[in-house]
Amino acid sequence: MAAEKAEMDALKKECDGLRAQIEAARKAVNDGSMSASAGGVEAVGRVQLKLRKNLKGHLAKIYAMHWSADSRQMVSASQDGKLLIWDTFTGNKLTAVPLKSAWVMSVAFAPSGNLVASGGLDNICTVYNIKAASPKTLRELDAHTGYLSCSRFLSDSEIITASGDTTCCLWDLETGKQKVVFTNHIGDCMSLALSPDENSFISGACDSLAKLWDIRSGTCKQTFSGHTSDINAIAFFPSGNAIITGSDDCSCKMYDLRADQEVIGYQDTSLNAGVTSVALSNSGRLIFAGYDDFNCHIWDSLKGEKVGVLSGHDNRVSCTGVPADGMGVCTGSWDSFLKLWN
Amino acid sequence: MSSSSNIVAMKKIVQQLRLEAGVNRVKVSQAAADLQQFCLQHAQHDPLLTGMSSSNNPFRPQKVCSFL
Repeated sequence: MAAEKAEMDALKKECDGLRAQIEAARKAVNDGSMSASAGGVEAVGRVQLKLRKNLKGHLAKIYAMHWSADSRQMVSASQDGKLLIWDTFTGNKLTAVPLKSAWVMSVAFAPSGNLVASGGLDNICTVYNIKAASPKTLRELDAHTGYLSCSRFLSDSEIITASGDTTCCLWDLETGKQKVVFTNHIGDCMSLALSPDENSFISGACDSLAKLWDIRSGTCKQTFSGHTSDINAIAFFPSGNAIITGSDDCSCKMYDLRADQEVIGYQDTSLNAGVTSVALSNSGRLIFAGYDDFNCHIWDSLKGEKVGVLSGHDNRVSCTGVPADGMGVCTGSWDSFLKLWN
Repeated sequence: MSSSSNIVAMKKIVQQLRLEAGVNRVKVSQAAADLQQFCLQHAQHDPLLTGMSSSNNPFRPQKVCSFL
């Protein structure tokens, strides 16, 4: 017993030492602030986007949306128990996918456009073939012991999921089995995003941490702290060298992966609502963040200033997305509508 | 939870921290400069920043036909 206690104490001491070492190393490279060095950059001015389309069709709160890689189709998920696939150019609904469980929290479009995935309080990630005559369930990925908060396809044969059971998982869609389980978070995983080179992904969780993972080895490479509440949303800066997080603490943050720390925060004393979703414009200059205050606020990512707002929803903005061609922003809300802006 | 499984869990935490401590860190000033440069280089190809003409806008409202 005494030997075990001694070993435990030694390990705790090593832990504390390593944490202090990491903090010191971060401090040592913290030689200037991002907003200060952006002083020489021209301001973007007021960003005023117009509402171009109001997509009506869902009968209950919208929880998630995801653009197709073609920048034209988009899939949305609502707790009315349906996925809707939209042609955003015309505003027409192309396909409706009825869900076994109405308690959906996440939806994803495969890069091929052939498959969509959804999941939620059923703990299952269900993958559908939407190119069949009528949408057909391809796989039910059933191994998480908590709700499915987010999923992203790598291809038609691999998908990564994030769960309230605190793990993320890489699945083989041909066998329906887990290939890699990513364990390290100590709170519900709420969101994930793939790196542009698809060798890694980032996750945000209720432990207020963001983590960078190597997809093939399953290792957590870096951990980013600073938020004081759940991280609900996470996205990669287009260069792949930085990440943006949105949290229930009402702020967004940018963490640089190479500096291994937060480089700028996006908060405003007048904003007292949690952040539900984040998306970036193609150059990375604009951050679109959906909030519980019914708005999507626009931030200048370099200067840390609020530069615009997308107003019009009558309830919480639950999801936000920019298509690959960067031609617009889509916001989805608990008011059951999706809006397209540019 | 038995004390030996506590030790196993603690060893994992230490191992993870060792991995994260070993990261090579770039100066924030360099990282910030690179992020800025990326934004500025790609600004011209960012339609939400530059705006677009209505003929190029895929989401523009449908034109209504009218009899003259």
